[in-house]
Amino acid sequence: MKTRPLIPLLPPVLLAVWLLLNDSLAPGQIALGVVFASLVTWAVARLRPLPAWPRKLYLVFGLSLRVLVDIVRSNIGVGRVILGASRRQPLVGFMQIPLDMRDPHGLAMLALIVTGTPGTVWSGHDPEKNILTLHVLDLQDEAAWIHIIKHRYERPLMEIFE
Amino acid sequence: MSGAAGVPLWAALPAAFLLVCGGLLTVLGSLGLLRLKDFYARIHAPTMGGTLGTGCVLIASMLVSSAVAGRPVIHELLITLFIMLTSPVTAMLLMRAAMYRSRD
Repeated sequence: MKTRPLIPLLPPVLLAVWLLLNDSLAPGQIALGVVFASLVTWAVARLRPLPAWPRKLYLVFGLSLRVLVDIVRSNIGVGRVILGASRRQPLVGFMQIPLDMRDPHGLAMLALIVTGTPGTVWSGHDPEKNILTLHVLDLQDEAAWIHIIKHRYERPLMEIFE
Repeated sequence: MSGAAGVPLWAALPAAFLLVCGGLLTVLGSLGLLRLKDFYARIHAPTMGGTLGTGCVLIASMLVSSAVAGRPVIHELLITLFIMLTSPVTAMLLMRAAMYRSRD
């Protein structure tokens, strides 16, 4: 078991959300936010006993930047497909990608990234064989998609969460 | 200070550009609903408006409100966070429902 960071992810995120909602950094708001964040974390612990405890959180920044670039890029790609749809309907299809990641929070993040990016939708995951079913709008190059999922997203997520 | 006159030019120009971009992207995404022929292709189109479309509008909003307030106003980031958390869940549910319906 590797060493864990001091606190789980949820309370600081809740505190940040509270401060953003109130749009202030006044000491009173910070104190109130800390109280609310701890209360919610305590209440949620019964619903979801496994807290997210990322190990290398700083990697999130690189990953978010990468996802941002990919979102812009795939917006352009999907836009092109839509504009060209009268001449050629896109080749939609499912594909199977074997994953190495087992951490449920990492998988959830991967699902959000993949579905949030236009052109791909997470459409199933077999927990036993750890195979992801992905739906792709324009299935031209299957190997390229596998490379993107495995190297651009899965590897950093595994480093963050496992 | 009130109304559009209170927004300085350095904020108004990029904000206007971003709003037009966001609007165009969202329209293009919705157009995809018309032009693509079946559900599995259509599910990908509106994501455009949900990601880059909203992103452009939110950045424009941050620019204008920061310029008017004279300090950084960034609570639009929360909208991004909530959209990133919720809209993929809807897409995945729709996808799973469609797969369940069209199973052999």
